[in-house]
Amino acid sequence: MEQKIRVLVAKPGLDGHDRGAKVIARALRDAGMEVIYTGLRQTPEQIVSAALQEDVDVVAMSILSGAHNHLFPRVMELMHEQKLDDVLVIGGGVIPDEDIAGLKAAGIAEIFTPGTTTATTIEFIRNNLKR
Amino acid sequence: MPDSPSDQSDRLDTRQLARLISQIERQDIARLGLLSVLHQRTGRAHIIGITGPPGSGKSTLTDKIIGQLRGRGRRVAVLAIDPSSPFTGGAILGDRIRMMRHATDEGVFIRSLASRGHLGGLSRAVAETIRAVDAAGFDDIIVETVGVGQSEVDIVRCADTVVLVAVPGLGDDIQAIKAGVMEIGDVFCVNKADRDGAERVVRETKAMLEAAVLNGAATRFSDLYRAAGQAETATAPATDRAAVSGTHHVAKLLDDPHHAHLRIPAVLLTVAEQGEGVAALVDEIKSHYGLLLATGLLEQHRCDNTAWELRNTVSDRLLAFLDADIVEAALARLAGGVVRRERDFYQALDELFGTVLAVSKSAHFNS
Ligand code: B12
Ligand SMILES: Nc1nc2c(ncn2[C@@H]2O[C@H](COP(=O)(O)OP(=O)(O)OP(=O)(O)O)[C@@H](O)[C@H]2O)c(=O)[nH]1
Ligand SMILES: [Mg+2]
Repeated sequence: MEQKIRVLVAKPGLDGHDRGAKVIARALRDAGMEVIYTGLRQTPEQIVSAALQEDVDVVAMSILSGAHNHLFPRVMELMHEQKLDDVLVIGGGVIPDEDIAGLKAAGIAEIFTPGTTTATTIEFIRNNLKR
Repeated sequence: MPDSPSDQSDRLDTRQLARLISQIERQDIARLGLLSVLHQRTGRAHIIGITGPPGSGKSTLTDKIIGQLRGRGRRVAVLAIDPSSPFTGGAILGDRIRMMRHATDEGVFIRSLASRGHLGGLSRAVAETIRAVDAAGFDDIIVETVGVGQSEVDIVRCADTVVLVAVPGLGDDIQAIKAGVMEIGDVFCVNKADRDGAERVVRETKAMLEAAVLNGAATRFSDLYRAAGQAETATAPATDRAAVSGTHHVAKLLDDPHHAHLRIPAVLLTVAEQGEGVAALVDEIKSHYGLLLATGLLEQHRCDNTAWELRNTVSDRLLAFLDADIVEAALARLAGGVVRRERDFYQALDELFGTVLAVSKSAHFNS
């Protein structure tokens, strides 16, 4: 049987900017992936628990509020606790260049900032799945 | 790969269950060993189907039903099915958004499934997935179907209790119900009762249920009430009391109390967003299950459904033989023979059938 890529698109924190997340969700769907969208204002615990139950291949988080340096590493910590180390985690939104190295060190595979095309994201996912 | 349960008496943990469901979805042969071990632990859960038109509030209602059932001490699993795009095969699975507040509750498991091209309102994998979740020790399993149109009624093949959700303000809603969906309902609810016209939908639904009963239409609830009438004094076995406790009788007598099958189910009003009417709805759902147990119809339905699934799976296997190279070759040869008038159509058919049978005898099964 064919292998479907399952992606959790999540909005951590109190950030209400959801246009980017929805654009990404639709683009991934149109690329043939199965996308589970969590909706707004999710805690890292809720996101990781959903990733576990949904057995996703990818967690894709969007933050425009500036809280990425706190929320992204916290999600990574919980992912590791749940032994979800074979799940690809990516992020995007309004994130200053100088923060990106630190987020990658925390385990986020790539950060996509405004202006990146969805095609770039799709290609990145296809080439970097961990299982 | 799901890690195999280290101790067979332990429940599957969340991770094992989640991975087993993925194997089921891709029909991975590796799943069969585990499913076979798990089979003895299935059959205990109450399987509740939630169906109705797109946007009628099925997910919102499911969220509130989870809350009610958790309050009654039950572990709850949800399988939420959304359609796959017929063009790209992709899907946005949005049901979960409405249930996120339960995401970190250990007693709740929510899984979104894409229909993956399967018609009938469910995903092909759903019956197997229900068994996996059942084996993991959930007391109630809620299956939310894709919004039903007119022919998508597979849910009766999986669920013990089907909740049909209607809403006011959909012109053709009632029309859809008329065209065959109504027969599948065990419990009826009109959601969005905060909107104008809800009372009217209740009246119309009741009128239609009454008409169906008086016309002798084959509804699941008539069979149930008939059986209940015959076994008025039968009670549920003690082990099943927990499932039934705190419930009350659903049925309204249409006319003659001696004609139990002439009863129609209650039609309940809910405002899912506010949780209004949901406690009564859950009472009704549990009451229905109590009647199924008391009448013995639960087992009968499950036998019918298993037979249906077996038949479908065999039919899938047979269809797969048609793809075998030998069959393809025979097809081309026989078709040519028919066109050239070397043999008639029915001789070709018999020969083809013989070839298919021969292929089937030498086949190795893996699904
Ligand atoms: C539209 C907008 C709003 C709308 C949001 C509507 C909505 N439902 O989304 C409204 C008016 C509600 C709003 C409110 C606020 N906003 Co505002 N908003 C914007 C604005 C102008 C555009 C954002 C947008 O929608 N872009 C279009 C989408 C498609 O792009 P995107 O989200 O960037 O996504 C793309 C990429 O980033 C990437 N991407 C994004 N996420 C992800 C995730 C993954 C996994 C991947 C792969 C890629 C990816 O791909 C997308 C497509 O290319 C930005 C400024 C800007 N230019 O970014 C400010 C901005 C984000 N807002 C800002 C602020 C401060 C606010 C408010 C706090 C203002 C206030 N004081 O009230 C409130 C807070 C609202 C809240 N509850 O969180 C600041 C944030 C500052 C910061 N990060 O430090 C910004 C940057 C403006 C600024 N320069 O100050 N805002
Ligand atoms: N006014 C009102 N709106 C409601 C009620 N219940 C749900 N809604 C809203 O109806 C919309 C659809 O709700 P969902 O729960 O997603 O409906 P659904 O039937 O699961 O939808 P699909 O899965 O897409 O078919 C949402 O905007 C809900 O907030 C209700 O009782 N009253
Ligand atoms: Mg829904």
